[in-house]
Amino acid sequence: MKILVSVKRVIDYNVKVRVKSDHTAVDLTNVKMSMNPFCEIAVEEAIRLKEKGVASEVVVVSVGSKSCQETLRTAMALGADRAIQVETEDGLDSLSVAKLIAKVAQDEAADLVIMGKQAIDSDNNQTGQMVAALLDYPQATFASEVVIENGEAKVTREIDGGLQTLAITLPAVVTTDLRLNEPRFASLPNIMKAKKKPLDVKTPADLGVEVGSKVSIVSVTPPPQRAGGIKVGSVAELVDKLKNEAKVVS
Amino acid sequence: MSVLIIAEHDNKSLKPATLNTVTAATQIDADVHVLVVGFECQTVVEQASQVAGVTKVLVADNAAYEHQLAENVSKLVAEVASDYEHILAPATTTGKNTLPRVAALLNVAQLSDVIKVEAADTFVRPIYAGNAIATVKTTDSVKVLTIRTTGFDAAASTGGNAERQVLSQVIASDRSRFVKEQLAESDRPELTAASVIISGGRGMGNGENFKLLEGVADKLGAAIGASRAAVDAGFVPNDLQVGQTGKTVAPDLYIAVGISGAIQHLAGMKDSKVIVAINKDEDAPIFQVADYGLVADLFDAVPELEKSL
Repeated sequence: MKILVSVKRVIDYNVKVRVKSDHTAVDLTNVKMSMNPFCEIAVEEAIRLKEKGVASEVVVVSVGSKSCQETLRTAMALGADRAIQVETEDGLDSLSVAKLIAKVAQDEAADLVIMGKQAIDSDNNQTGQMVAALLDYPQATFASEVVIENGEAKVTREIDGGLQTLAITLPAVVTTDLRLNEPRFASLPNIMKAKKKPLDVKTPADLGVEVGSKVSIVSVTPPPQRAGGIKVGSVAELVDKLKNEAKVVS
Repeated sequence: MSVLIIAEHDNKSLKPATLNTVTAATQIDADVHVLVVGFECQTVVEQASQVAGVTKVLVADNAAYEHQLAENVSKLVAEVASDYEHILAPATTTGKNTLPRVAALLNVAQLSDVIKVEAADTFVRPIYAGNAIATVKTTDSVKVLTIRTTGFDAAASTGGNAERQVLSQVIASDRSRFVKEQLAESDRPELTAASVIISGGRGMGNGENFKLLEGVADKLGAAIGASRAAVDAGFVPNDLQVGQTGKTVAPDLYIAVGISGAIQHLAGMKDSKVIVAINKDEDAPIFQVADYGLVADLFDAVPELEKSL
């Protein structure tokens, strides 16, 4: 069984973002970038399936500029077998990315596509669902447990009221939630080995996919700042403030 | 043209998230239709047709729709989409699961977690865990949007009298099957709809100590929430998690107990009207957003708070 995992290069989750002063975007110059945390979990899950003997090959794909090759090397250092970079400008919209990944999944004849549930920059939570729709594959989003048996994936999903388990027939798309697993760290020897693993570069034209978006950004602004609060000295003072000043407790 | 909303429900009752979505829809167009996809969901249809502002309720009632599997619902919605210029769903796990699939079937983009309607083609949504706010314009023929419920007031659940239309098509995927569900039991208000929330973090120490919060929650009629650290440590189930990867809440009063205030958590609660932080670390980032901060050991402060309410 072949697994395709998509990974995205995003601003590191610890970085406090700054909006550009001309309000066109978030400033990404000289900012630490990393693999999107949900994508790390997707890579880890694929590698675990390979270690269990369920999967025979793990292919990673990333859509973006040359710098996302770094992210692909990281995924290979974690255990992915080979990588595909689809060379485009950064910040393509979800539908375009989904079309490119869907085509790669088809060309690779992947039995399972594992993706993060959302990227922490655009916070869209769309691409996996879109890939599934474009391929007419079943989907299991927000997975916290994946069991593969008899050509089926039994997936436990995190839903608003608790957990739900679905059985989906392969080929299928699964998107990962944070609790699915704890990603490993890449060891130095594995980072060195990853440099020798194959990395193909493709263009949207190679894949026969046209990219473009009808959505344009009008402006990006910082969120309204909360006025600085006060520190109270005791529980009694707190209750008094809540009752008489904020009037949120009666 | 009319706006179509996919109703959030559990076959028994219409969820409040739908009401907030109706308000967002009425800001786009006055003709709001609600689609109820489910099984034996007549009560839901009844409730939906009484919501103020709703002019028509479409009903797809079939065993194939019992668990609202994304494969089936998305195809059904895509089939009725030609009559609409806007398709909306609340940004709940159900809405997030289904709507992008609808968008891809229609070959259009989706705008997620919309917090404000500027115009029929221009919307506002948070990005980077709420650390930036983007205004986006779309020229897609159909605008597919999920609505962040805390961005809009709830529409009145009575006063409407919508006509009904039954959809006869049945779409059943044989490649996705519901196995089981484990729902967390609680008689407290639902987290995303509660007007007061008290949340615990890693500082609670263990799951047993969350009982401390219950006393305060009972007195305030509050829902109980948690930070990701508390969930990951196994203190409480994950459906209580507030944050970028959990639920987004905006209650009148949010009490954060033993929560440091990581970016991830703040993304889920910083639009609360009043924030109270109880933490023994006076440098915890939570104090930077808290209206009232109390530097104290929660094991002393919380029982005292319960007594004085």
